[in-house]
Amino acid sequence: MSIRRRIIIVVSGFAAFAVAVMIWAPTVGSTPISLARAFDRSIAWDDNVDAQIFFVARLPRVLAGGLVGATLAAAGVVLQALLRNPLATPFTLGVSAGASLGAMLAVTMRLELSVLGVTSIPLASFAGSMIATGIVYALASSQRRGLSTNVLLLAGVTLNAFFSALILFVQYLADFAEALRAIRWMMGGLDVASYFPIVAALPFIIISFAAFAMMTRTLNLLSVGAEAAASRGVEIVRAQRLAFISASLATGAAVSLGGPIGFIGIIVPHLVRLLVGSDHRIVLPASALFGAAFLVLCDLAARTLMSPLEIPVGVVTALIGGPFFLWLLVKRS
Amino acid sequence: MRDLLSADNVSFRYAAGAPLVVDGVTVRLSDGALAGILGPNGSGKTTLLRLLSGTRRPTSGRVLLGNRPLDQFSRREAARQIAVVPQETELAFEYRAIEIVLMGRHPHLGLLTVEGPGDVRIAHDALAATGTSHLADRFFHELSGGEKQRIVIAAALAQSANLLLLDEPTASLDLGYQLEISSLLLRLNQDHGVTMAISTHDLNMAASICRELILMRDGRVLASGPTAEVLTPENVRRLYDVEADVQVNSETGHMTVVPVRRIK
Repeated sequence: MSIRRRIIIVVSGFAAFAVAVMIWAPTVGSTPISLARAFDRSIAWDDNVDAQIFFVARLPRVLAGGLVGATLAAAGVVLQALLRNPLATPFTLGVSAGASLGAMLAVTMRLELSVLGVTSIPLASFAGSMIATGIVYALASSQRRGLSTNVLLLAGVTLNAFFSALILFVQYLADFAEALRAIRWMMGGLDVASYFPIVAALPFIIISFAAFAMMTRTLNLLSVGAEAAASRGVEIVRAQRLAFISASLATGAAVSLGGPIGFIGIIVPHLVRLLVGSDHRIVLPASALFGAAFLVLCDLAARTLMSPLEIPVGVVTALIGGPFFLWLLVKRS
Repeated sequence: MRDLLSADNVSFRYAAGAPLVVDGVTVRLSDGALAGILGPNGSGKTTLLRLLSGTRRPTSGRVLLGNRPLDQFSRREAARQIAVVPQETELAFEYRAIEIVLMGRHPHLGLLTVEGPGDVRIAHDALAATGTSHLADRFFHELSGGEKQRIVIAAALAQSANLLLLDEPTASLDLGYQLEISSLLLRLNQDHGVTMAISTHDLNMAASICRELILMRDGRVLASGPTAEVLTPENVRRLYDVEADVQVNSETGHMTVVPVRRIK
């Protein structure tokens, strides 16, 4: 089989799975609905309870889950290749800590602004993630021409710890209700309630995915080593910058939409690699599609398992991801 | 014969204020050359190869590919003419041998192009040339040191470059693999016309396959020229601070270097 055919067949398989999950998921919930009724145009909107539940309550949430899951998984793939470290996640380089600090400050300072239907918490978290990205980038490129991936990693880990301390400090000063609201945000949640935040995050994610699409073969070469990649025709500095900035932008947008939902960015790429190998031309799109389906399924579990109580979706992914991560560590050593 | 690749009085330091690792080096590789670069650890061999391949730019001086300065070529253009076999290859993820070899086609492919049948054929030819066809579908990390090294050489061959720069290709290999790799390199040079520069610590390998030698110490060229003229006891002493016997087999013309003792 030719390489092109293999890529098309495997990625199509993952796409079919993701689409099936995303069509099925909105029909499941505390109130059973019928897809046929939801799409029946002969019933007036005001009388069509199925359509209201489908389009207003569940579909935005499923779309948000798909978008966030796809983005975190793809960003994980890119950062793992960039850092040549299979244990890297989209949050390794400080993006999520910056986002959390931003959200925390928005809550405690009672910022009440809204741009195009996007409220202050997502706006502040996106700003926080971009500031964190800027700091890490400046540190990693200050020492010499190009980007030092070692400094990138160290700066990211340090910034994560530092921002976490700031978050704890702000939380300590905040009142009980504010602190609870911020903590709840950090657990991750896809209860977006409207299409606005999805549409707002979309341009950043589309731009990043366009960059991802152009770098898949380069990511293979980076996995073999920067020097080897350079000798095979990769402009290393440009490739590293593009990978870091696009992955950070995508992660920042996804976190502003769904909060810092952990483990997607590491479990999904690893599962996909176990299934299809390490060629990024397959791993990257397959991870995005599988990540979408995986997070939608986790969110389905989050809203149905203890119904009517909702479990934060970040708790569900961490409950699955934690043991998986440990298994991975044991398997690697 | 024309120079294919030449460095003209090049110097290099890794960071501002750091010492020069390569210091005013001039070397010429003519078409079809098989040159060895010898020198103690830290003498600048690896850095010189990086300057010659263009993955680093000299702090001063210039490298010419044909008649054009190498830094006027894009990385892709340069990689179509110069392939590199690095000292070590450590993968971040698990790839099969054939996938590694196909990565050599990178500079010949467009941004979103996938390797076609022609590229796959070139990759399989490269595996055949290095005697590794049977390893194509094995995982790289499961291979032995010698097998890995031959796959990496195959990946460099798949680049279809007429210049091959090798950084200590036999360093971590046992005697059998050392012989195998050196006869492979000799064959590639003689039968396929690939011009090569090989950095090595193995004086006997260099003596048996290289037609010219470049001796480097402290970032400078100590001596260079035809192997028989350059590989003298005097030069070995200046290069390594080692007293050595250099013997020439009167029948085969083979040179052997036997180190005797270290001079303080």
